[in-house]
Amino acid sequence: MEIVCPAGTPASLRAAVKAGAHTVYCGFADETNARNFPGLNFDRDEMREGVKFAHDHGAKVLVAINTYPRAGAEAIWHRAVADAESSGADAVILADLGLLAYAAKHHPGLRRHLSVQAAAANADMLNFYASEFGVKRVVLPRVLSVPEIAAINAETEVETEVFVFGGLCVMAEGRCSLSSYATGLSPNMNGVCSPASHVEYHDDHGALSAKLGGFTIHKVGADEPAPYPTLCKGCFSAGDATGHLFEDPVSLNAEKLIPQLAKAGVTALKIEGRQRSRSYVAQVVRNFRAAVEAQAAGRPMPEGMLAQLTEGQAATAGAYKKTWR
Amino acid sequence: MHDHAVQLPVFPRLPAFALRGLPLTPIALALGAFARRMAARHPSMFKRLGDYGNLRFVLDPTDLPVTLLLEPRAGNPRLRLSRQPMQGDARIAGPLSGLLGMVHGAYDGDALFFSRDLVIEGDTAAVLALRNAIDDAELDLAAEAEAMSGPFAAQVRRLIQLAETRTGVALSRHEEGPLW
Repeated sequence: MEIVCPAGTPASLRAAVKAGAHTVYCGFADETNARNFPGLNFDRDEMREGVKFAHDHGAKVLVAINTYPRAGAEAIWHRAVADAESSGADAVILADLGLLAYAAKHHPGLRRHLSVQAAAANADMLNFYASEFGVKRVVLPRVLSVPEIAAINAETEVETEVFVFGGLCVMAEGRCSLSSYATGLSPNMNGVCSPASHVEYHDDHGALSAKLGGFTIHKVGADEPAPYPTLCKGCFSAGDATGHLFEDPVSLNAEKLIPQLAKAGVTALKIEGRQRSRSYVAQVVRNFRAAVEAQAAGRPMPEGMLAQLTEGQAATAGAYKKTWR
Repeated sequence: MHDHAVQLPVFPRLPAFALRGLPLTPIALALGAFARRMAARHPSMFKRLGDYGNLRFVLDPTDLPVTLLLEPRAGNPRLRLSRQPMQGDARIAGPLSGLLGMVHGAYDGDALFFSRDLVIEGDTAAVLALRNAIDDAELDLAAEAEAMSGPFAAQVRRLIQLAETRTGVALSRHEEGPLW
């Protein structure tokens, strides 16, 4: 199986390739990609150099242009597709129907993948994107179980890619407005979920409170792990009850499910974390490369060492196993 | 500290105590020269910082009796040292080993934040920009110190290697492993 690894910076791209990434995904330093964070991403020269480095080492590069173009500003997204192609990228990852149509018409030789932001969650949708826009691969949303993924793969020739590690978005991606509600900015339009510009942390004698857009999302004691202040993993009080409404602050780790995912017909395993450091990238990629090599050789999955890298320092198999609510 | 957390080395108490009596001005001057040299060799770091480079960052090694104030100033950085708490636009606090380990790519900043080894306050976006800019620069403070040491480079290298081995602190760029 192919492992598709995150790179928020050129240094992370090199770290991912050196650690054994088959494929690296990254984006331009603007609103065209869903990780438009301060200090992250690639300018045009860095993208060309990154693609060359990856190709020289036998790895591929996918460019995520997976936000939804603003009316009247489509040219920014069109230019990104053209620049991805001229940089030598192996594919673009798109979500918007109009942008898919544009890329298929004006850049027919550039391979197109469908972003998780498009929330394509059944075989009919995958086949529609393939027949209308020549999409070769779809990144499936993180709300499907393994049997559901197998059912999709049984009815399509389109390659599927699934998340196996990192931040766990529990919503129908591309349609979630929680971040917009609290901050006015969303991953769909601006490339930022719970943007750092709207995050405040306060340490009060060891107790850490985290606010997003003025709303307190978490308050944890001195001995508890710190979470990101994302609304979908917030701890809320209503009446006499206090708890996590949608999901606890945990990260996805589906390492142990790699054999089942392979059996379900999945082509590629995606690691989340373009906003993380090159240290994270190197550790996670090396771990997952070892895991897919073990899977291919029929050996047991190696023991993971990634718990300290996960949000809440806790991991879940997410929707892949039905215990997830 | 949690079960899964990285155990960060803590700066030894005796030398930390000794720092209380040392004059800070010469140390600040040396650190400032070092920072300007790094800036000249890594201009892309400041480009990546963008407008956040005009802000003031308080770097607080919690196991040392001093605090640093870093002003990147678009590639002309200024560093100040103080034994008193300093005010800035953002504050990053944690053991010196954690801060140096992040600079050298040995630790992931988010993981240190999750484990509460790292505390951030103030402008969160500025902290992220600084972290990302430094991470991409792949700095190696030991190599820079060696290069500044002229005829004493070999002795400096040995001293740094010894300190790294004895303390477990990442004083040079961390390589995760051999090429796959």
